[in-house]
Amino acid sequence: MRAIGIILAGGNNLKMQELSNKRAIAAMPVAGSYRAIDFALSSMSNSHVQKVAVLTQFNSRSLNEHLSSSKWWDFGRKQGGLFVFTPTVTKDNGFWYRGTADAIAQNLTFLKNSHEPYVVIANGDCVYKLDYNKVLEQHVEKKADITVVTTVLDPEEDATRFGVVNVDSEGRITEFEEKPLVSKSNTISTGIYVIRRRLLIELIEEAEREDRYDFVKDILIRYKDNKKIYAYEMDEYWSNISTVDAYYSTNMDFLDKDIRTYFFKEYPDVYSRIDDCPPAKYNPGSCVKNSLISSGCILNGTVENSILFKKVYVGNNVTIKNSIILNDVHIGDNVVIENCVVESRDSIKPNSQYIGEPGKVKIVLEKEARYEM
Amino acid sequence: MIRKEMIAMLLAGGQGSRLGVLTSSIAKPAVTFGGKYRIIDFPLSNCINSGVDTVGVLTQYQPLRLNTHIGIGIPWDLDRNVGGVSVLPPYEKSTNSEWYTGTANAIYQNLKYMEQFNPEYVLILGGDHIYKMDYEVMLDFHKANKADITMATIPVPMEEAHRFGIVITDDTRRIVDFEEKPKNPRSNLASMGIYIFTWKVLREALLALSDQPGCDFGKHIIPYCHKRGDRVFAYEFNGYWKDVGTLSSYWESNMELIDLIPEFNLYEEFWKVYTKADVIPPQYIAADAVVERSIIGEGAEIYGEVHNSIIGPGVVISEGAVIRDSIIMKGTEIGHDTKVNKAIIAENCVIGWECELGIGEEVPNEWKPDIYDGGLVTIGENSIIPNRVRVGKNVAISGGTTIDDYPHGLLESGQNIIKVGDGR
Repeated sequence: MRAIGIILAGGNNLKMQELSNKRAIAAMPVAGSYRAIDFALSSMSNSHVQKVAVLTQFNSRSLNEHLSSSKWWDFGRKQGGLFVFTPTVTKDNGFWYRGTADAIAQNLTFLKNSHEPYVVIANGDCVYKLDYNKVLEQHVEKKADITVVTTVLDPEEDATRFGVVNVDSEGRITEFEEKPLVSKSNTISTGIYVIRRRLLIELIEEAEREDRYDFVKDILIRYKDNKKIYAYEMDEYWSNISTVDAYYSTNMDFLDKDIRTYFFKEYPDVYSRIDDCPPAKYNPGSCVKNSLISSGCILNGTVENSILFKKVYVGNNVTIKNSIILNDVHIGDNVVIENCVVESRDSIKPNSQYIGEPGKVKIVLEKEARYEM
Repeated sequence: MIRKEMIAMLLAGGQGSRLGVLTSSIAKPAVTFGGKYRIIDFPLSNCINSGVDTVGVLTQYQPLRLNTHIGIGIPWDLDRNVGGVSVLPPYEKSTNSEWYTGTANAIYQNLKYMEQFNPEYVLILGGDHIYKMDYEVMLDFHKANKADITMATIPVPMEEAHRFGIVITDDTRRIVDFEEKPKNPRSNLASMGIYIFTWKVLREALLALSDQPGCDFGKHIIPYCHKRGDRVFAYEFNGYWKDVGTLSSYWESNMELIDLIPEFNLYEEFWKVYTKADVIPPQYIAADAVVERSIIGEGAEIYGEVHNSIIGPGVVISEGAVIRDSIIMKGTEIGHDTKVNKAIIAENCVIGWECELGIGEEVPNEWKPDIYDGGLVTIGENSIIPNRVRVGKNVAISGGTTIDDYPHGLLESGQNIIKVGDGR
């Protein structure tokens, strides 16, 4: 592809509550066997983008660990490959990334040293599959300056946590409001952009001179009348996981056969780091209904309408319903868990109960017990 | 200068004809085991876990699956700048071009491969056993005894010793005699087909016996070295070691993995077994599904019932299907309301709906009674079974069968349908 990729994985917000205590959102486990960033990275790889930079700064240990080898996404290359850029102190700069535009500004050399004419910018906290070539095709065809990938939310979904756009009949974006109090439309930006590399360098340098640091506010919205910003509407599944509710419902979406088929069986595949877990084991007493079970799990109890990530041990006489159990959790005997998200590497003591409510899931953090058992 | 203390040579060229249609188009080491693994994963994982990072894999029979599985060795961390895994097929020479005619002949034809690493020791492995073994401990034993050759051995029950190659040792563990499948065994130490050679000794012996037709380690090299007075020692291994050379033993050892605490435990963090994982999504168990006492691989979709079975990655068990005591390998689909009893179904098969497999009385197989036994239904890879057929016990099916192949919709116990050339 004639583009390089930038994945903005720096974000951390409070809407993930305790789940973002120990990792960037891009490193959140999703759909049993993946991490959020796998979807953007796999789309880059499957679109034949040869060179990708991941920009990250908050809590990046978990993300760095996940990206420690680039071979899983086929980025182990001599030409191009995968680069992880965290802020560094230089002669000219002593700041953290003060915003998305600043993150790119601090890595402008990466852009300047590349020769591909276009840049695909994506974020690390969305679940989707997209051929960026199609976006680029439309970008070229419309002679756009910037193309924003948009999607239409269902009427009942809350658009106010996204960038809300209005599009004219030509597909040009006429209005763009970031996280408005009241949304005037349910067409939103997915945070995926295509832009000419030289124009991006220009705009970023200009923003930096004016001490402006945010890509959406200071570039997209500021230039919306001045530059030709077009929308590329995406019809396929797209979901952002950056609130607890959205995280929970995005995971639960995978219990739907069509969504599973779309992501797991249809071309192209989504890739992830390989963990070498043995297949899941169902012992006498286990009873699993409408659930996703990942490799390395050992089951002795009941699991319904739930998602078990890798290496979860479920003890005897346990009941798990409508819950998400993250990687490497040990659940003792006679435990009841309903409507919960159980944080990875937790140890749940025997005979305990964790009950959340439908629509208001409980986050379970039990770090200490592992060393008592 | 390149120098490796010990390199491994893994013999993976055999067909394993006693696995019947399972190996009609793949080599035995490429047969899947325990859901997601292939048999060769066990020796390869043992190598890297033992610190042996240079492995030559000798292939000959149907190597495609093996080649794609091994690739450049990424799953085992055997993608190395120096060493790593190399697949070594037979090759044409300016004079006598030949296939690998025996285990030692195969190694002899690859002397140059070994020479380039300047090894002190060479580990010879087979690709047909399930076990976890630290070859470094065996090497320590070899060094401590100043041995020229060390053979790995395992104690077997005295009453079964007549099926094995037996070694007789003195009290220092030095081997004084060998017996191949003895009627009246004098010892119960069986050879595991794993050898450590001091490189110089191996090289000399291979050159000395280079004209021996079908040159074999057990039959020629080791007796030759023993006779000329080399120090040949028996290292005793006491862990789990299972030969999966017959359909019955293959089925049994898979089933043993299901035990509550299996003797051979894949779930330990220590001594992991690695494999090429090309299916990564989680498995889905539907609302009406029943799964008990089973092992299920990644990306499988279970809508029916699975009891006491091993289900490979990407397998689909449709609504109303009931699987019992069976091994279903990667990518196979079982149609709705089909009953499967005690079957081994290889990769990428399509089994129709409302079929019944493994029914009726046990009758010895009329074609190869010593291979297709134990009441098993054995189905080779890429086979197709049409809807609504019934299949008896001790049968073999291979290839795309149609309803015309089943008189009155039935394949009686002891019969076969082989529709691919290589199956015969």
